[in-house]
Amino acid sequence: MGGSAGVFLRNLNQERIVLVVALAVFVAAMVGLPGFLTAGNLIAIVRSIAVLGILAFGMSVVIIGRGIDLSMVAVMAMSVAWYLQLLGDGMPDYQAFALVLGGVLAIGLVNGFLVAYADVPAIFVTLASGSFVFGYVRSQLISSDAVPVPDGHWVELLGGLRFLGVPVEVYLFLALAALVFVFLRFTVWGRYVYYAGDNPVAARNIGIPVRPMLLLRYALSAVTAFLAGLLTAASLHSINTRVVNSTLLYDIVLVAVIGGIGLSGGKGGVRNVLVGAALIGILLNAMTIIDIPLLYQNLIKSTILLAAIIVDGLLNPRDEQTAQQGDI
Amino acid sequence: MKPIKTFLAAAVVAATALAALPANAADPAPAAYAAALKDKRVLLVPMAMGFDLAQGWAAILKHEVEAFGGVFETRDPNWSVEAGAQAITEAIASDPKPDVLVVMSPDLNSYSKLMKRAQKAGIYVLLVDNPANFKADAYLGSDWTELGRLEAEAVVKGCGPDSSKKIGLVQGDQVNATSLFQYAGIMEVLEKYPDFEVVAKPDSNWDATTSRNVTTTMLQQHPEICGVIDFWDGDATGAAAAIRDAGKQEQVFLVTTGGGEKTADCDRIADGTYGAVVMTELKQESYNMVTMIKYLLQSGQPAGTSSAYIYTLLHATTKDNMMPDSCWDLKALQEMAGN
Repeated sequence: MGGSAGVFLRNLNQERIVLVVALAVFVAAMVGLPGFLTAGNLIAIVRSIAVLGILAFGMSVVIIGRGIDLSMVAVMAMSVAWYLQLLGDGMPDYQAFALVLGGVLAIGLVNGFLVAYADVPAIFVTLASGSFVFGYVRSQLISSDAVPVPDGHWVELLGGLRFLGVPVEVYLFLALAALVFVFLRFTVWGRYVYYAGDNPVAARNIGIPVRPMLLLRYALSAVTAFLAGLLTAASLHSINTRVVNSTLLYDIVLVAVIGGIGLSGGKGGVRNVLVGAALIGILLNAMTIIDIPLLYQNLIKSTILLAAIIVDGLLNPRDEQTAQQGDI
Repeated sequence: MKPIKTFLAAAVVAATALAALPANAADPAPAAYAAALKDKRVLLVPMAMGFDLAQGWAAILKHEVEAFGGVFETRDPNWSVEAGAQAITEAIASDPKPDVLVVMSPDLNSYSKLMKRAQKAGIYVLLVDNPANFKADAYLGSDWTELGRLEAEAVVKGCGPDSSKKIGLVQGDQVNATSLFQYAGIMEVLEKYPDFEVVAKPDSNWDATTSRNVTTTMLQQHPEICGVIDFWDGDATGAAAAIRDAGKQEQVFLVTTGGGEKTADCDRIADGTYGAVVMTELKQESYNMVTMIKYLLQSGQPAGTSSAYIYTLLHATTKDNMMPDSCWDLKALQEMAGN
């Protein structure tokens, strides 16, 4: 291959491939679907992926540090369900909130502790803690799958908040994107996340506090999950813990990975999450407008994702230099 | 000695005569009833124990079964088809086996073979709420096609003759009998109203957030929609959120279906979230189960002999016809059962 086309192809990494696919779908929908390119629909697209994107930010910080947090969806649903149940039982708001936030932080710290100090692989720790959180809260702390937000509570009001006609979760999503961007790019601990993810042993040898940072990352992802849960409850006026059984967890990992954040750690950033979320959001919205049944939607979604991964594999083959230990 | 003997004989005669008197007659039925039902085991395997219908059934069944001296147990598969299958398999193999298995099937086929095996092992199988391809000793629950018809009638009425007559459906999925039959019922009625049109029919996969997203898109693509039918109140909170966000509560009449629990349905009708909810009469449905359990255990017939359909009467409840007792209160019911 030669010339500019060759250079273009060689520079195509997964992130760019997904971006190109997302743009292609966007243009196709713009041309083919009359109601697609309206302000209302574009806002709806961003909003539909806001909660997913927020969860993906939390997940990305963990993944970049060469970990994974499979307890996020359980923490998201169960923390908010517990909070709402406490409110429903008449506990003062600040007390209930402090209690739940404490619980959420505790789960994150326990996850981090087991990974950092007990050396248990993150995938097992968080899988188990997720199940524990769901089982414990569901059986001991709440009385049914769906817990309503009390009438007139601030969570309900939050769901109705609009600035310039745009729902509040869109702003929170963008604010969090900026925050995570600044953290990863410009703070010392943010840079350390990459070093620790790329080569934990070397990072430790040069004096980076690898283990305390692990605690921090899992605590961050747990708090992010709590925020995502609050936004979900704000919009729906209730939280249904059944979401723990859904494919949401895979979608979070998918958004992060499809955008180009390697599961082996050390690479990627906010941009990758945005690209991955954009593809999923545009794709689902276009298919809903065309009224494609869910079964076919899943088929189309997975085919496009698979194609992107295959193209990436062909253009950027793995070899001894690019492969890493711990790569999944 | 003789007078004593005579006295005793007289006493025996008198006692026999008295025993035969109607006033002291013992009704043999309670003894037979107790003998047939005492220590009988009833096992409820719903799709999950965490939602209103299952909790309502369980409360009433527990109350009744324990009252006749039986043993009532539940298993909670928590929406997992595999966990439910395992619960049924273990029940068949356990000792003592349950005498009656009350199963809510997740779809048409998953448990069919297992339930047949249970019947072969001598266990009566009652199918509740979700139909399956299986000859249960009785099916107790809704006629889902009829339920769809009632929803369609409700939305036609809710939209009114001067509306846009454009309707959106938020289906559950494409595999569950409840979703498929409901759809068939809706379409059947809409054929009678040719000027009404279904403009979109996305699936929610029974998830509230998905329901919100697809309804948002639907309302943007078809701003003139006058009515939406969401196939379950478990996810209709999402469709309701989308309508609320679009500021269209006055314009869009939202119809859904549910178990008639107060906070899930009646409170939402009262505050205008739902225009109409086609409800199952939970108490009646549960007492139908109780009746079938009592009947089957005394019938002496082998499991799998009968295959009755006991449909529960369905109502489209709206603000106009809602009564204080239209809904049932989960908390009150659980207190009654001593949970």
